[in-house]
Amino acid sequence: MEVNSINKGIVIDHIRAGLGMKVLDHLGVDQAKDTVALIMNATSAKHGRKDIIKIENLTDVDIAALGLFDHSATVNVIEDGKIKQKIHLSLPETVRGVIKCKNPRCVTSVEPSIQHIFHLVDAGREEYRCEYCDEIVRL
Amino acid sequence: MNLTGRSFIEPPDFSVEELDGLIDFAGEIMAKPSAYAERAKGSLLATLFYEPSTRTRFSFEAAMLKLGGQVIGFSGEQSSSAAKGESISDTIRTVACYADIAVIRHPKEGSAKVAAAAAGIPVINGGDGGHQHPTQTLTDLMTIKLEKGRLSNLKVGLCGDLKFGRTVHSLARALCRYDGIEFILISPEELRVPDYVKVDISGAGGCAYREVERMQDVLPELDILYMTRVQKERFFNEEDYIRLKDSYILDAEKMRLAREDMTVMHPLPRVNEIAAEVDSDPRAVYFKQAKNGMYARMALILSLLGIE
Repeated sequence: MEVNSINKGIVIDHIRAGLGMKVLDHLGVDQAKDTVALIMNATSAKHGRKDIIKIENLTDVDIAALGLFDHSATVNVIEDGKIKQKIHLSLPETVRGVIKCKNPRCVTSVEPSIQHIFHLVDAGREEYRCEYCDEIVRL
Repeated sequence: MNLTGRSFIEPPDFSVEELDGLIDFAGEIMAKPSAYAERAKGSLLATLFYEPSTRTRFSFEAAMLKLGGQVIGFSGEQSSSAAKGESISDTIRTVACYADIAVIRHPKEGSAKVAAAAAGIPVINGGDGGHQHPTQTLTDLMTIKLEKGRLSNLKVGLCGDLKFGRTVHSLARALCRYDGIEFILISPEELRVPDYVKVDISGAGGCAYREVERMQDVLPELDILYMTRVQKERFFNEEDYIRLKDSYILDAEKMRLAREDMTVMHPLPRVNEIAAEVDSDPRAVYFKQAKNGMYARMALILSLLGIE
């Protein structure tokens, strides 16, 4: 199967197979006017199988939150048909509005205006701590 | 130490030096309360108590009145606009139009942090669910300093419901920043301290902890025994409750196992976890603790208002 290379935009590569849809959903590009390609289960020397996302003309994405979904992925920013920047994702230090606190005693369960905020406590164990109630969650 | 305009939501909000400064200031007020009788004249404290409270609310009100200030507030969700569905942020924003400083007690964890972010005036956490109770910690630190003469190199037994015990969570997070603190966490397995408290204790460098189930096993080695109540309804099954309930009740017989200079503390209210016979033991300081709390809160109010 062939998917054309892009002249300007981003390519999110090395996404763990099966997570592509989730990443795409987070990016919220379903309303995009430009070309978006999701390649699932592509052959990967590193992982065996991988997903790839290509988005034409978009270069401004929430890199920090992407790392939360799959910190083994890479983001290539393409300009003039060339890789201008290669970003290796990692777990973000702070995540806003992505992880929901499941502690029923947390104030986020009743206060409508506040954003769910989590802070990384242990990257190795992939653990985050709620800004408000300190509940620790593992991804 | 300059705490003017700041809020006190959890012990890490203040440095160890700032906590020490507050304790010393509280001691100065206790030594000569008349010198501070007019210091907060013209200032207004708002008390937002969405949950019942005796000690905390009364001690805040007494503290402000003894400083010459005034108090407004409500006690019980039904007597506020929360009953109409108003958010915490909106309530505190409104209260901040009238008051200079506010204390909030609310059943949800993190509620005081939300209030502080919206208020624009100093906010004090008077207890947020089973999470934190930093002014009780200030009281506890002051009591330990007065009784032991130090806040370092102590072996501290925290006993009872350590999972939902907010006073324990705050005290552990404050004390672990002092040198040479060792905690012995005495509780049934179901009621052990939350993971985040262990993360803070472990991350504090010079602090260690171990978890045990029975008070009797560790009493002889403690400098301080900090008691809290274990409620029957917190246990997952009746069998465990029957097996362990006596391990969390302090009486004269168990006190004989403890050292002569051990200090017994309790944030109160006490139900049956400390037998009345222990009250006359000179090692029991929980009623002194309650009194210290008023001076600690006087020092805190003045400091946050920026009054010398």
